[in-house]
Amino acid sequence: MTKTSGAKALIQSLKNQKVDTIFGILGGAILPVYDALCGDQNIRHIIARHEQCAAHAAEGYARASGRPGVCMATSGPGATNLVTGIANAYMDSSPVVALTGQVPSTGTNTSYMIGRDAFQEADIIGITTPITKFNCQPRAVTEIPKMVNTAFYIATTGRPGPVLIDLPKNIQAETAEVEITNQIDARGYNLVTQPDLAQISIAVDLLSKAEKPIILAGGGVIIANASDELVKLSDFLMAPVATTFMGKGAFPEIHPLSLGSIGMHGNPAANRLISEADVLLAVGTRFSDRATANLNTFAAEAKKIHIDIDPAEIGKNIDVNIAIVGDAKKTLSIIYAAVAKKLQKNRGLAWAKRVKEAKEKLSPLIQDTPKDVVPKTLLSELRKLLPENAIVTTEVGQNQMWSALYFQALKPRTFISSGGLGTMGFGFPAALGAKVACPDRAVVDIAGDGSFIMTEQELACSIMENIPVTVIVLNNSVLGMVAQWQRLLYGKRYMAVHLGKTPDFVKLAEAFGAQGFRVGSIPEFHNAVKQALKSKVTTVIDVPIGSEEDVVPFVPPGCGLPQQRGDY
Amino acid sequence: MEHTHNRVVSAIVENKPGVLHSVSNLFRRRNFNIESITVGPTETKDLARITITVNADEKTLDQVVKQLDKLVDVVGVAELEPDSIVTRELALVKVNVPSVEERSDIISCVQVFRGRVVDVSPESLMVEITGTPDKIDAFLNLMRTFGIIELARTGITALSRGARAVSLEE
Repeated sequence: MTKTSGAKALIQSLKNQKVDTIFGILGGAILPVYDALCGDQNIRHIIARHEQCAAHAAEGYARASGRPGVCMATSGPGATNLVTGIANAYMDSSPVVALTGQVPSTGTNTSYMIGRDAFQEADIIGITTPITKFNCQPRAVTEIPKMVNTAFYIATTGRPGPVLIDLPKNIQAETAEVEITNQIDARGYNLVTQPDLAQISIAVDLLSKAEKPIILAGGGVIIANASDELVKLSDFLMAPVATTFMGKGAFPEIHPLSLGSIGMHGNPAANRLISEADVLLAVGTRFSDRATANLNTFAAEAKKIHIDIDPAEIGKNIDVNIAIVGDAKKTLSIIYAAVAKKLQKNRGLAWAKRVKEAKEKLSPLIQDTPKDVVPKTLLSELRKLLPENAIVTTEVGQNQMWSALYFQALKPRTFISSGGLGTMGFGFPAALGAKVACPDRAVVDIAGDGSFIMTEQELACSIMENIPVTVIVLNNSVLGMVAQWQRLLYGKRYMAVHLGKTPDFVKLAEAFGAQGFRVGSIPEFHNAVKQALKSKVTTVIDVPIGSEEDVVPFVPPGCGLPQQRGDY
Repeated sequence: MEHTHNRVVSAIVENKPGVLHSVSNLFRRRNFNIESITVGPTETKDLARITITVNADEKTLDQVVKQLDKLVDVVGVAELEPDSIVTRELALVKVNVPSVEERSDIISCVQVFRGRVVDVSPESLMVEITGTPDKIDAFLNLMRTFGIIELARTGITALSRGARAVSLEE
């Protein structure tokens, strides 16, 4: 066997995992890996302009494609800059593999090593322990292939999540006889995918007797590729489907039984009907506080069935009547088969009528096309302008909640947003990652001015690496969501929310070599989006909107979903 | 609020660097209360046992076990059932010896508690005592009348009675 360096063993192992893209920024402690990548034809390296964006781009890549995303950074600040991106992937259960350089693990007095506060040393294993599904650091070159396999296996199976491999520089550089294997090493990793049939049979019983069933679909449905099973079950039971914010796209939002998202800024029909239902089937959701609002009034009339692949989610936030640990796709298809055997289709006509009526009366969507340049109109119009398979990412704040309310997601993996961590600046780099994964599809970041400015430097990456996406800046010159809270909950005592009229986003785009438009009317918006979709370079569309616009409806903190406020 | 008790959770973990950090960090992060934590090797070379006493209600305990189980380096974990558990703690107590009479008083207390005197100096005695935490507390209460100079307690270690073990499958 010939000797291989740790860096080469790493690259070979990544290829063994079918990695085709790495988002990263190099630095001293990761140089051997970059050297091993030099001239490589199979792995595309994309230089992000900030490591946080490399991690977000890897997550966008993962969530758009279902394949793990890979990001890489050097030790110290490179690694710590990844942290927000890793935390984001952890909260939203995205399969991201982060590779970091580290100072040497052994050395002499002249070459500093781990634990001696060397230049650009940071304890990234310690720092990322609570925000990774798993992290590890090889102590020998020979450990690398198995470690990489284990990292990808853990990142992508069960409830996915980020995994970090910290690579001491000496291990990257040293050579050894290394066997590139398919083995993994994770005896403590428990994976339950096969649901308990006894629990399923009780659930089926409950669903069969339900007069007013409702399904709540979370991000787990998208991750498990269980949308088809969900649609079949919903159609058969005539059970309307609400999603969590992370579940948006799991169920086509133009389906007659779609209620949209529940939550603090949920769709009124969804928030109302979940409170009226007598049986709740929740799939792949962790019952986040933003989704459930006050737990005492959450689905208070309903017997609750909870399906999740993560046993620790059962009973964490909410007590349920029936818990099923298992893969969403498998579990839903078993439930469907059992229900179809037991029941005739089309029951519960009264409930079906109520669902239809609630949807008509409480829909936040507009039927006609008004001329005002307001988020509601812009986002409804955007849906009409984009192909069904276009991928939309969002930033965080009002732009995000307006997108949830007014932009209908029609397919899974077409709506990508920072749900759990709420990371401003996520949308743009995630859009770039999604575009790299799906180069033939239109990718649009729905942004606010406050969020976009946090990661806007990636315009350089998008131009240099030829990754054209569209950014729509809903520009209200204010940190809108917190301003809304100050307006509604702090007696209009505005503090540190106004951002002024800077920058000029059109000029900013142009400075990077991107295309910029400013639009002041709906026809101009149409025109700009159409040009953007045809453009070979990234387009920034600056849409000035009013700065006092609220996201309504709104469930104030501490209140329950039935106490939703707003003019709907 | 449900009633909380001290519960003993036993985890078999990979015997490698960083595992204790990820376990103790989990407790901090999830707001679980550790009363005591002990770590030591097991009969298998590459596995260690972490014994954690946690003050929790049923629901929290359920989360403690499930969240520990999620850690990849935790190979097996279970609560040790309170009615079939053997718990032991060891304490080293350095007791002040004011006079010769009191020295013999202390030594007779040590005998009653089946402890051992492991070091003697003109002004002090060091006592080793093992048992349940309650027994050690009782002994320490007696020693306070003489004056405790220094105290080191190991925290609880425990196993369940019978042939069952916290295995890799759990």
